Amino acid sequence: MAFDSLQTIVEACGREGKGFWQIVMEDDMREREVSWQDSRNEMYHIWDAMLLAAATYDAGLTSKSGLVGGDGAKMEAYQKQQGEDSFCGEYMCGVIAGALQMGESNACMKRIVAAPTAGACGVLPAVLVPYFHKRGCSLDQILEALYVAAGIGQVIALRSSISGAAGGCQAEIGSASAMAAGALVHLKQGSPEQIIHAAAMALKNLLGLVCDPVAGLVEVPCVKRNVVGAVNAMASADMALAGITSRIPPDQVIDAMKEIGDNMGAAFRETALGGLANTQTAHDIARKLNGDGSGPGQA
Amino acid sequence: MNLFDILGPVMVGPSSSHTAGAVRIGNLGRKLLKEEPVRADILLHGSFATTGVGHGTDCALIAGLLGMRPDDMRISDSFRIAKDRGLSFTFTNKTLKDAHPNTAVLSLYGKSGQHIEVQAASIGGGRVMVHKLDGIEVDFSAEMPTLVVYNLDRPGYVSEVADLLANHKINIATMHLYRDKRGGYGVMVMETDQPIPEDALRSLERMRGVRKVIFINTEV
Ligand code: SF4
Repeated sequence: MAFDSLQTIVEACGREGKGFWQIVMEDDMREREVSWQDSRNEMYHIWDAMLLAAATYDAGLTSKSGLVGGDGAKMEAYQKQQGEDSFCGEYMCGVIAGALQMGESNACMKRIVAAPTAGACGVLPAVLVPYFHKRGCSLDQILEALYVAAGIGQVIALRSSISGAAGGCQAEIGSASAMAAGALVHLKQGSPEQIIHAAAMALKNLLGLVCDPVAGLVEVPCVKRNVVGAVNAMASADMALAGITSRIPPDQVIDAMKEIGDNMGAAFRETALGGLANTQTAHDIARKLNGDGSGPGQA
Repeated sequence: MNLFDILGPVMVGPSSSHTAGAVRIGNLGRKLLKEEPVRADILLHGSFATTGVGHGTDCALIAGLLGMRPDDMRISDSFRIAKDRGLSFTFTNKTLKDAHPNTAVLSLYGKSGQHIEVQAASIGGGRVMVHKLDGIEVDFSAEMPTLVVYNLDRPGYVSEVADLLANHKINIATMHLYRDKRGGYGVMVMETDQPIPEDALRSLERMRGVRKVIFINTEV
């Protein structure tokens, strides 16, 4: 049975003298009745798909609505040109570009890995892929970090939600950011406590974020929210590694996210009736999309 | 939710419910038809109708009907591939009574004249549920090997089917009977722990009162 509390995982780590990732992997082996090789292979398949998706970004594509495409390439060009002179620095600009690119690939019907959802698919690869390429960590470390991320996501899914329709964007981008923060802490050999505090801080920072996709499409604001999820994950991981903790225990932060989601009006839960989706411009876009003959086709 | 529902699925975007789920619905329709579809008349309801085009729901459904999976890179090109493969189709937006917001109704014709009408919904995270078969209300996900038997509503047939499966050492995990409101015949849906071999399916088809047998093998 999957864990419904981050604290329980940390306690299991202490009791059994194992890493956070190992506890999560062993739980997967029990749950799906598979060997560790099978579990690891599956995780490798996930990582491989992320790498492939990142490497095959196509700057020439635009989404069917025409709202999204090409920004990831702009950011990459800016990164190369400005380097360390940019406000975020060379490395962080690469993370931002990666998040935009993956979000755009998703909107343009390319193959991605839902992590935990398709809308939030850019957060984890944005922080992991550059680290893998530039900081030279091993494949094993990355797979371990992915177990950490998935374990955090599983607890959030059980205690609260990972769907924008149920809990708003805090449940999608917020959860992805928490998962990524924990994964990053693992890559720097942080402790299980530091992992869950990084996740808690990342989630706290995005509490209350509503889901308000323009014209109901996973495009605006979704693509750019992947950026905030990734950048926030890095900041939270660094804070946790610096010894900073969340004053509210991680599991209680997740419970707070659920309470906020439960009280969020339906207009802010993927219905495209509120927030950015309810602006004049969004209405114009939606009208144009539905009325310009691009409706369901025939052949 | 297992670990790879959190990290995964690997899928073609943009939406697990509107794209990946729609591919699965198309795929299920193909399996329920039991042959290559040549014509598909598709109704889109609710959010499938309003945001379906932007999410590629239409090409995802066709991709599924052509046998593609949710991670197939050709999904966005499915209309063209359908043309090459001789599948013609229509889409109509229609508001259905009491249907899940992400619902499609597929009226499918196969190359040897088979016909089936499937109403299915994408219920989130790429998971789908079949809600109607040829107008009869049903409820199954086909995440396990699933046997569907159309039969006359006569006494004794349930145990006959169960006996036949037991003789082939097949465990029945769940079993549901659904009746056509108008009476006459019903649909039996069983989820099994093992795939059902061809010869067992042939014997089922020969049973008195059985009109049609469909087996969805999740392992292929
Ligand atoms: S705004 Fe809604 S659809 Fe977009 S990423 Fe956030 S939760 Fe997903």
